[in-house]
Amino acid sequence: MNETAQSMSGLESAQAPPHPLREFWNYFRLNRGAVAGLTFVALVVFVALFADIIAPHDPHEQYRDHFLEPPVWEESGTWEFPLGTDAVGRDILTRILHGSRYSLVIGFIVVTLSLTVGIALGLLAAFFRGSFEALVMRAMDIMLSMPSLLLAVVIVAILGPGLFNAMLAISVTYLPHLVRLTRAAAITELSKDYVVASKVSGARMPRLMVITVLPNCMAPLIVQATLSFSNAILDAAALGFLGLGAQPPTPEWGTMLAEAREFVLRAWWVVTFPGVAILLTVLALNLFGDGLRDALDPKLKR
Amino acid sequence: MLRFILTRLSILIPTFIGVTLLTFAMIRLIPGDPIELLVGERGLDPARHAKLRAEMGLDRPVLEQYWHYLTGVLQGDLGKSIVTKQPVVDEFFTLFPATVELSICAMLFAVALGIPAGILAAVRRGSVFDHSVMGAALTGYSMPIFWWGLLLIILFSGILGWTPVSGRISLLYFFEPVTGFMLIDSWLSGESGAFKSAVRHLILPTVVLGTIPLAVIARQTRSAMLEVLHEDYVRTARAKGLAPWRVIGFHALRNALIPVITVIGLQVGVLFGGAVLTETIFSWPGIGKWIIDSIHRRDYPSVQGGILLIATTVIIINLLVDLVYGLINPRIRHRR
Repeated sequence: MNETAQSMSGLESAQAPPHPLREFWNYFRLNRGAVAGLTFVALVVFVALFADIIAPHDPHEQYRDHFLEPPVWEESGTWEFPLGTDAVGRDILTRILHGSRYSLVIGFIVVTLSLTVGIALGLLAAFFRGSFEALVMRAMDIMLSMPSLLLAVVIVAILGPGLFNAMLAISVTYLPHLVRLTRAAAITELSKDYVVASKVSGARMPRLMVITVLPNCMAPLIVQATLSFSNAILDAAALGFLGLGAQPPTPEWGTMLAEAREFVLRAWWVVTFPGVAILLTVLALNLFGDGLRDALDPKLKR
Repeated sequence: MLRFILTRLSILIPTFIGVTLLTFAMIRLIPGDPIELLVGERGLDPARHAKLRAEMGLDRPVLEQYWHYLTGVLQGDLGKSIVTKQPVVDEFFTLFPATVELSICAMLFAVALGIPAGILAAVRRGSVFDHSVMGAALTGYSMPIFWWGLLLIILFSGILGWTPVSGRISLLYFFEPVTGFMLIDSWLSGESGAFKSAVRHLILPTVVLGTIPLAVIARQTRSAMLEVLHEDYVRTARAKGLAPWRVIGFHALRNALIPVITVIGLQVGVLFGGAVLTETIFSWPGIGKWIIDSIHRRDYPSVQGGILLIATTVIIINLLVDLVYGLINPRIRHRR
């Protein structure tokens, strides 16, 4: 009798589910690409935080004797400017290190803005079916009928070029997907018993929306947010490249490429390195996002 | 099928009206005086200002203005460019073929490489080939294509000297455009070397614009193929002793292509967005570059008209994709 009780309790503790975060991490770390992505993102965050200390020069300092100096491994390169200098003698490595700040801030602000507004609109559309819902969803359809980069370009044309307006414009173009995702997830949840139970026990609308339903809609939204983060970096760089985002002499990666364009056949390093920075950061975020999706998607779990 | 088409069309009309509302509002949302924006002059004297105001109908109620704008749009009147004084519609359709030619080539490039790569990756799941295709696809998907274009210019134009840096055809050749498609026009012109020159100008922009669709199509084909290969009917086909290429090429591919076609349709919008960047890099005289130039020149009627026409094109293409989708997949057609 005693023995059975003991073995029972042993069985129970073996079957006790691990903490959700722990479980998530166990799935996540199996994906080597995702872990590599996360590591690189951590590195970028580190660089952005300590750019002032790590960077060998000031990002705006123009060394008048060192125009278009090649990187260190080329014949006339020096260790003073490891990745060379640009057309007005600024250190490219320093500018790239500082550029990580802009990219992370852009990603963060765009995701926060679009997620907040997107979730709010999506939840409202799910809770207040009818004409309000139709209006919101129609508006989203219209936005989707325009290529997103072009929509961003139009909004920047209205607001005027600049980094902040570019971020605002990009946030707006990400709204439709987030609104649709939130609405669809919320409608599925609304038909479930626990929501009815909560309603019956007297929960009011705001509580029902934010505390009862929203947490259960978060998984697809988190994945979408990670992917939006990397897309935001790409789109902001594209706007910067078109002269509609961050303005020179800001060391934003896309803007650096725009300034470097005319030297494409004369000084390859001015063009190459900022792009490598964009590609690696976006790639790392996408690897991370893919891993996140696989770890959060219950269908794929063994 | 008719019912399906009608439902799709009924969604189309409010969307189109919404787009016109957006472009109508645009001119009024831009800071500054709309008349000065539309005429492109600053500091007009009050008498001329009032006259223009009346001429453009800006002294009327907003609703009436919108109605006037909408009826104008439906009759093909999108205003005149401030810079060239030409009707916006004419400018747009002169440049449109260049963008269409580039987009079609980019899409063909993406489909021709992406579908076979995706199929092979799925068939040899877990192999080195599979891993390299998926790695390349993720890299392509993360690619800042404006930088990719510059890199290709450095390599193929700068170092190897194989391809020209910009434009649609060498300046040595001149002939009247017949179709607006340079490949066809240069062929028709009969000038020796003209067609070859057009092709060489087209290669790099095609690769650059096709990169992201290529990555997306390869990924989608692989995952759709993997799903279909697990189906019972595929196993049956194999058990019957059909040749593996027949099972994969006919039985599996037909169903795997359905989601791939959706993705191809979705990429059309992406192509127009990418065209803005690609055309800017290669000085390709299409509508993407034109829109950006118009913004920088503050030629707002051109921006307004161009955006409306591009959005309309994308809406129509999306409709066509939906219809094709309904045609090949009865499950969609019969769903309400």
